[in-house]
Amino acid sequence: MSDVLAMGGYAAFVWPAYAVSVLLLGGAIVLTVVRYRRARARLTLLEKP
Amino acid sequence: MFAFANPKRFMDASSALLPWLVAATALTLGAGVVLGFLAPPDYQQGDTVKIMFLHVPAAWTAMMAYGLLAATSLVSLVWRHPLSDVAAKAAAPLGAVFTLLGLITGSLWGRPMWGAYWVWDARLTSFLLLLFLYLGYIALWNAIEDEARAARAAAILALLGAVNLPVIEFSVDWWNTLHQGESIFRAGGPRISGVFLWPLALSGVGYTLLFFTLWTVRIRTEILERRARSLLLGVVS
Repeated sequence: MSDVLAMGGYAAFVWPAYAVSVLLLGGAIVLTVVRYRRARARLTLLEKP
Repeated sequence: MFAFANPKRFMDASSALLPWLVAATALTLGAGVVLGFLAPPDYQQGDTVKIMFLHVPAAWTAMMAYGLLAATSLVSLVWRHPLSDVAAKAAAPLGAVFTLLGLITGSLWGRPMWGAYWVWDARLTSFLLLLFLYLGYIALWNAIEDEARAARAAAILALLGAVNLPVIEFSVDWWNTLHQGESIFRAGGPRISGVFLWPLALSGVGYTLLFFTLWTVRIRTEILERRARSLLLGVVS
């Protein structure tokens, strides 16, 4: 386990690379979905007779 | 292709396609990330080779996204298809995210392997310019209030910036860069071992599909927003 964490001495670079990838791509996914749902809800409201 | 350049038809086609896109993205991206994580340390790079599976697909997707941004901008300028502006506008923020990701992960690899987070080498510099092009494109859209004029100005910027794409691609051949040359798409086949090639290929496909999935959703969002706006203006009843 600690071997995996140590990343052969490169932990300070490998883990941040994973972290920033998850953060940026995850953020893009969440923002995209939130904006889509908001736009859909708004249009449904406007299209109500 | 132009058959889908109609918002209504795009909405129908994309809603049928989206579940498949999401599934294919999850599958390839998941497999790529897991295989990349489990890949053995490289004999020179050690465990930093894992960063390659995050960096290369991000950088590749960032460039592909700009290619699509330029292509849809060209269609928008020449044929004035209603969907092309929307498609171009929706691609830019995603491209910026992938570009930023490519820069950061590359920098995290550069520090232990080159001894520097950043060098002003032709590849890195032209890639930084790609980020500024994306940001400039987004800023231009936001700066001009009239939608048609904003779309036109942004499309022209996108096309001018497309010159940077071959510069990025061939920078490693044209100049003496610290960044290594092409080792995948080269005459004579890939020059990396299979244990690294497979995770890289899967991640590459996964990142590409993730871009297309998010792009599709963002185009749909923009179409819905425009429809809402025209309803509010009373243009469409």
